[in-house]
Amino acid sequence: MLEFLTAFAILIGIYSVFTLGLNVHWGYTGLFNIGVAGFFALGAYAASLLTIRPPSSDQVDDYLYAGDLANRLEGLPVIGALDVWFVAALMAASLVTAAVALVVGTITIRLRGDYLAIATLGIAESVRLVFLNERWLGNGSKGLYTIPRVFDGIVPAQDYDRVYLVVVLVVFAALFLGIRALVHSPWGRVLRAIREDEVTAEASGKHVFRFKLQAFVLGAVIMGIGGALYAFNLRAISPSAFTPLLGTFIIWAMLVVGGSGRLYAPIVGAFIVWGIWSGSQFLPDPLSSPNVRYFSVGVLVVLVLVYAPDGVTPLLSRVRERWTARRRLRRAVAEE
Amino acid sequence: MFFTARTMSSPAAARVSRVVQSTLAIVFVVVALSHIGLAVNGIFLGSILAMGAVGITLVFGVMRFANIAHGDMMTLGAYVAFFLLVSVLPEHTGLGPFTFGFPLLIAMPVSMAAVAALAVGMDVFVFRRLRLRRANIVTIEIASLGIAIAVRGFVQMVWGTPVRYFPNEGRAHFSLPADISIAPNHLFVSGAALALAIALHLLLTRTKQGKAMRATSDNPDLARASGINTERVLLWTWGIAGALAGAAGVLLVIFNATAQLKPTMGFQLLVPLFAAVVVGGIGNPYGAFIGAMLIGISMEVSTAWALPTYKPAIAFTVMVIVLLFRPRGILGSKG
Repeated sequence: MLEFLTAFAILIGIYSVFTLGLNVHWGYTGLFNIGVAGFFALGAYAASLLTIRPPSSDQVDDYLYAGDLANRLEGLPVIGALDVWFVAALMAASLVTAAVALVVGTITIRLRGDYLAIATLGIAESVRLVFLNERWLGNGSKGLYTIPRVFDGIVPAQDYDRVYLVVVLVVFAALFLGIRALVHSPWGRVLRAIREDEVTAEASGKHVFRFKLQAFVLGAVIMGIGGALYAFNLRAISPSAFTPLLGTFIIWAMLVVGGSGRLYAPIVGAFIVWGIWSGSQFLPDPLSSPNVRYFSVGVLVVLVLVYAPDGVTPLLSRVRERWTARRRLRRAVAEE
Repeated sequence: MFFTARTMSSPAAARVSRVVQSTLAIVFVVVALSHIGLAVNGIFLGSILAMGAVGITLVFGVMRFANIAHGDMMTLGAYVAFFLLVSVLPEHTGLGPFTFGFPLLIAMPVSMAAVAALAVGMDVFVFRRLRLRRANIVTIEIASLGIAIAVRGFVQMVWGTPVRYFPNEGRAHFSLPADISIAPNHLFVSGAALALAIALHLLLTRTKQGKAMRATSDNPDLARASGINTERVLLWTWGIAGALAGAAGVLLVIFNATAQLKPTMGFQLLVPLFAAVVVGGIGNPYGAFIGAMLIGISMEVSTAWALPTYKPAIAFTVMVIVLLFRPRGILGSKG
């Protein structure tokens, strides 16, 4: 049970990172990206290819290039709290997704919302097809599976999950605090102005395209880091993880359920949606099938959009307000 | 897009752009003719894409959003027909030169009606409520993504994830000169698609309801002011788009040599479908037809060099190239 809860918490942390990135795109800036899976895959493959062992000589594997950074940097294992190679892998994932997002964004961001959606969907599918078909690069459908452990040799293998949970939480907390600072900064205010009314923002002298491009790259980088975190969790990745359903839709569901444009939406949404998604396996037999999950999460998203368009987070804060109000009332009554 | 904005600024650059466009068109025709066997297959694939793309573009015309659930509506249509063929209708295969039997001719209209009913239900229960709340277009689009996943989950709950097959029997292809070999089913597919396209054209141009649909698509406010019941127009549009999606789903199954059904079959066509819509000029049903043919032919001809699994990426690339020169698509309106 403890192991299940640890694995559950790790995935909530990782999905919160993706949802954080999507919140930067859609929640704060209004960029309709339905190609999350593309940046997810780029980050995961970049981090993995940099750290995996070279292909073995018995030719079971088809990939040609591997960074083997985990072994090469073995001499200097830990800086602060994290392995040097792990930090390098996260940085590589950020750089690759930033580069791709810069190119894609420059071409597509001037497009209207639905064109941007079609463009990002097409790019995500193309990225997945490249990793599936170019076996010299991503080992085809077998995927990459010699991804090293963080803190290998320092922490026993059976404790990996618990340690990795801490790593994920540290990375998430850093990103979350960074985003919180940015959202409240003048830069974040411009983004929200663009989301609400682009023309007015442009008329107030803001370079809308530049701000949108910056937000697009920032969100994509966060998704890339999420991809890297995902790769080091199960330490095996294959193209089947980056389908539009698993790589994009579930993250949208989290953002919508949490309430897009709200700071805590990624955590709340990831907790609820991933809770339904992975909790449903404990239900009695016909309900435990993954097909029921697709159906119920799809219906959940539609219901939230129709009946609670601001997501669940405002409901939670309303509950909290009512609770504090009642407490204040009770205290006032007690004082009298 | 940014290219055109720049090229339109001077007449000389506009001339260059026109020369490049004509060159691209000529290259496309020459390449297609040099692989005529693949190009013919592309026309058949294009007729299926057209059925789906016309539905997406009709809905876009009146509601201004790209319906992501359209691919999964096609899937549902195929599975409804599968259910009828296997459990309800008598068993029969090999009608004339085709691999399927006469029951398919009954199953197809029924699944068209079923998907049309689903589409109308989607509007009544989801999209109308969002519309009345004046929800943002993208919110509506995410709702359609949610419906897409729910429909696929429903299909998988009822029929499971393994591949299923329509009852069928093997049939010889027609061989023509120049390496063209045509499966009889493909002729049925394009014949049915053409018949539906003509029916739609007559509906849009000759009936009062069709004229109301076009008026609403051109200018919803003006249409409402002229006394057109735009809510009813929306329901009609959803019904027609749903019926076309149901037909496209059934045709997609018999297009396949082994008549197989997969729960992902519709969603996987979404990128080519959107590409066809955008290439033709979003909102224009005739453009969607032309775009579907262009995309279908490009996808099939590309298999001469690229792996067949890259077909959606090819569709996407063609879309980007067309958009670079004609940001509003081939038949897109100016202004």
